[in-house]
Amino acid sequence: MRRAYSRGLVAAAAASALLLSACGGGDDNGGSSGSSGSSGGGSATIGFMGAQTGPNAQLGINISNGVELALQQHNAKSGVTQVKLIKYDTQGDPTQATNQAKKAITDKVVAIVGPAFSGESKTADPIFEEAGIPNVSPSATAVSLAQNGWKFWHRVLANDDVQGPGDADFIAKTLNAKTAAVIDDQSEYGKGLADAVRKQLATDGVKVAVNDSINPDASSFSSTVNKVKPANPDVVFFGGYYSAAGKLVKQLKDGGVQGTFMSGDGTLDAQFINGGGAAANGALLSCTCSSATGSSDPAVQKFATDYKAKFNVDPATYSAEGFDATNAILQAIDAGKTDPSDINDFVSKIDFKGVSKQIKFDANGELANDLLFITEVKDGKLAFLGDTTQAKPSA
Amino acid sequence: MSALTGMRSRVRFPDFIGILGAWWDRRRWYGRWTVYLLTIIGAFLLPAPAIGSFMTPEADWPSVLFYPIGIYVLLAIGLNVVVGQAGLLDLGYVAFFAIGAYTLAVFTTKHGWNFWAVLPAGIIICAAAGLILGTPTLRLRGDYLAIVTLGFGEIIRITANNLDYTGGPRGISPIPHPPSDRSFEIFGVTPLRYGVIDAKPYYYLLLVIIIVVIIIVKRLEKSRVGRSWSAIREDEDAAELMGVPTFRFKIGAFIIGAAIGGSAGVVFASQTTSITPVNFPFILSALILCAVVLGGSGNLLGVILGAFLIAWLPERFRGFEEYRVLTFGAALVIMMIIRPEGLLPSRQRRAELAEGTGGMGALGGEAGPVADQRVEADDDLVSGHLPEVLAGRDDREGGA
Amino acid sequence: MWNDFTQQFWASTVDGLTNGSIYALIALGYTLVYGVLRLINFAHSEIFMLGTFAALGALNLFGISSPQTGLALVGTLLLMLVVAMVASGGSAVLLERIAYRPLRKRGASRLAALISAIGASFFLQELLAIWLGRDQIRIPRVMNKDTLFNIGSGQVRNDKVLVVVAAVVMMLLLERFVSTSRLGRGIRATAQDPDTAVLMGVNIDRVVMVTFLLGGILAGVAAALYGLFFELTQYNVGFLLGIKAFTAAVLGGIGNIRGALIGGLVLGLIESYGASIFGTQWLDVVAFSVLVLVLMFRPTGILGEQLQRARA
Repeated sequence: MRRAYSRGLVAAAAASALLLSACGGGDDNGGSSGSSGSSGGGSATIGFMGAQTGPNAQLGINISNGVELALQQHNAKSGVTQVKLIKYDTQGDPTQATNQAKKAITDKVVAIVGPAFSGESKTADPIFEEAGIPNVSPSATAVSLAQNGWKFWHRVLANDDVQGPGDADFIAKTLNAKTAAVIDDQSEYGKGLADAVRKQLATDGVKVAVNDSINPDASSFSSTVNKVKPANPDVVFFGGYYSAAGKLVKQLKDGGVQGTFMSGDGTLDAQFINGGGAAANGALLSCTCSSATGSSDPAVQKFATDYKAKFNVDPATYSAEGFDATNAILQAIDAGKTDPSDINDFVSKIDFKGVSKQIKFDANGELANDLLFITEVKDGKLAFLGDTTQAKPSA
Repeated sequence: MSALTGMRSRVRFPDFIGILGAWWDRRRWYGRWTVYLLTIIGAFLLPAPAIGSFMTPEADWPSVLFYPIGIYVLLAIGLNVVVGQAGLLDLGYVAFFAIGAYTLAVFTTKHGWNFWAVLPAGIIICAAAGLILGTPTLRLRGDYLAIVTLGFGEIIRITANNLDYTGGPRGISPIPHPPSDRSFEIFGVTPLRYGVIDAKPYYYLLLVIIIVVIIIVKRLEKSRVGRSWSAIREDEDAAELMGVPTFRFKIGAFIIGAAIGGSAGVVFASQTTSITPVNFPFILSALILCAVVLGGSGNLLGVILGAFLIAWLPERFRGFEEYRVLTFGAALVIMMIIRPEGLLPSRQRRAELAEGTGGMGALGGEAGPVADQRVEADDDLVSGHLPEVLAGRDDREGGA
Repeated sequence: MWNDFTQQFWASTVDGLTNGSIYALIALGYTLVYGVLRLINFAHSEIFMLGTFAALGALNLFGISSPQTGLALVGTLLLMLVVAMVASGGSAVLLERIAYRPLRKRGASRLAALISAIGASFFLQELLAIWLGRDQIRIPRVMNKDTLFNIGSGQVRNDKVLVVVAAVVMMLLLERFVSTSRLGRGIRATAQDPDTAVLMGVNIDRVVMVTFLLGGILAGVAAALYGLFFELTQYNVGFLLGIKAFTAAVLGGIGNIRGALIGGLVLGLIESYGASIFGTQWLDVVAFSVLVLVLMFRPTGILGEQLQRARA
């Protein structure tokens, strides 16, 4: 679910360019919560919901940057419906998300990019569902979100049930591990991922020698290191985010643990290498997203260049997903859909090549895509290895 | 605070509260009831969009009124019983909020109970939790109690995070809403329609609970119980000597505080539909304590004002974005420097302070901290500061 | 469960003592201030946090980014120590001046001072977060981590030894200062009975300032060692450590200098052993449960409140 700028920006742009002719000035305020005002080819308002401040703000800003870029490119085209953006800052807090979701309804936004995290999705999505506002999450991966029968909910990345078993199979088959230690950070995401890995490892016949859970805010993980070390596992899998992963990998290596360190998309960030230092080298990180560094696709490269030009930083975690999620909604608007439920119908049937991956939803709003990609840390840099069938770790 | 310095500091601030209080004291019963009634009507009219557009232009006002504002107010009233009235420093009050919320979540999702059945059950379970925590720990004094309650709050949160029964870090969702009556409508509002979009019914529910709690707490404060709490707060040993069963009353304060916190948790969980351990961090305990002290520990009106400000200001000033917490921290320090007794200090407490018999500083009933050191009594002790030094002796309960 | 405990016993012991030493150094600051002012200096964790950033800044300033040996190593360590001590000590004094002294002068309640401390804590954390970002920042490795010897499963590393030794030495120095120097006598006098201390000619403002300075300096030592040992810092690095250190201070007997050391080490060991028996996710639960148990049987901590014994 990260840094996934595979081909297709051009395709997306082309598709929307074609569709916009159908749109023209066809903005008729249809429906109870249609768009208001008009300029040029009409106008509409969409919302972004996610953290803009607070401890996890960086992820939210990565996404909202992607959203802004998509909007800028869209609005720059002549004759299109001008789409405005309202940002709803949740600070990553599920209770704030409910307040903000209701605010979005009063603001009559026609669609939402977000909510960004799984926790806030759980509290905000029932509200959007009842109000009938389509929402496309660029980053919420909790499995349970798809199991509520929500009609207006979608996400542009695969859930943790794709990643966890895929990681376990990779550990068993490609890495040929006999024993493993699985550690999680007690967060919803980290524990969910680690539990999925634990379950599949047992099926694959890999012995899970150590199970442990750390407090990601703690400084010392010595008790975990002391558990892992005598077991001497071939692989240490960590379910959690990059800052704890950086601390953990360093303390494991300093403590004399030799096994390969592996983690999921929450760790796929340069900050992991920054925290882990030399100990991070050789670590394997999985993601249901592809990577810009591994892509020679001009559309993806254009996205990366445009992004860098606009924000003066490289696209980071979920930026491409934010971009794709926004484009899915923009295509619906360009197709002349102004009513939230019409936009939802359009988005549900959408099928285009985004910069992160092919964007096509199944009946539950899940992405119809289950590839898992591996990145290795080599010489202090993230090196993309391809999907799990092609990836050949150097260690 | 000594008589001398007490007067000195009061000269600096016009005594609005004293004037207002005197006015209030002159009202007859009908005058007071008119004010009560107007306040309640005002509270019911509060979610109006016209007010909301000013109060929180960037968030849904009825939702904000429910959480954080209403919930913080209820929690602060509950914590005020423990901290403000009985003088027990509780740094883990969020534990009872969490227990209440989890009680509702577990009983409605796993056992099919209805909200109205869980509400009393949650209150009873929280009261029991207060009893269980209080019995071994309330023999401790002052800051020992603080750290133990802090630990209790953390234990509850971590346990909820570790147990599969409570859903671990995933928490529990979806939590059903209270049974609704969609047809009942009054002034264009459907106050019994508990859905996800309209927060007003929840606000009204919470408002009713807050009013009931205020009545109970106020009755207690005026009764023998309230006087015993004051006695314990001011000087536990003296209270014990005068025949106040201090331990029993301390447990009582703890249980009542816990029950109020639990009721807030039950209502909160039913509205938010999804709870996880992350909802109940230590920092929430600290914020509610800030609300109590900022508003004026011991004074119900002050505490409500404090909770309102703590909950509302960050929502109002969303534009500040990343400077919000910074400003909040600085504001707390400045407020405490300007008005250490809180925005609306309790009049009874002020009277006690003026008499120089201690007061807020007697927190936890331990022998007091250092005297305040207004006196530069280094080597020139004899050069004329003696009276103040002597006055300082009264300050043992009131120092920094 | 039990097998894990016996298998990891020595490793847990070594690491428990190391973590405990850092708790102890921070706990000394809590204990000193509490002993004199009876105030939970909630912002002490932020004083520590500032120290870690100062140590990092010093390394950056001198361009030290690789492991040193011999004299260069000693110089680097001293540099980190001194800079962190100055930064933490200075900010502790400043904190007292701005956030506590005005309250003290007005005879405000200790509760008001606690809220002021919480406010100061928020302020300092956010200041650093806004200034240097919210991600953790790496502190370069300046000392190779060599295993000196093994005790059973326990890996005794040079940096761990340094941390433990430093904590014990600082505790001894502090105790010596408090028990023999003139200012130390003032601190003890104020802790025992502030009113009489004033009558006896103690300048309480100076005593309080020195108390904060000492606490800050010790937090600085902890910060430099933390930077050396964990090689990371973050704006909120002090929060959890601060709570743990305060717990350690209470466990040992708050206001008691030796108690802080004992409390820190005991807490470190309890956490380590508890985690090896019940799993790391129960670490904090075990630690707080033991605290409650200890306080039930010894209501003033393991060693009692020595610093102001006369006041009990």
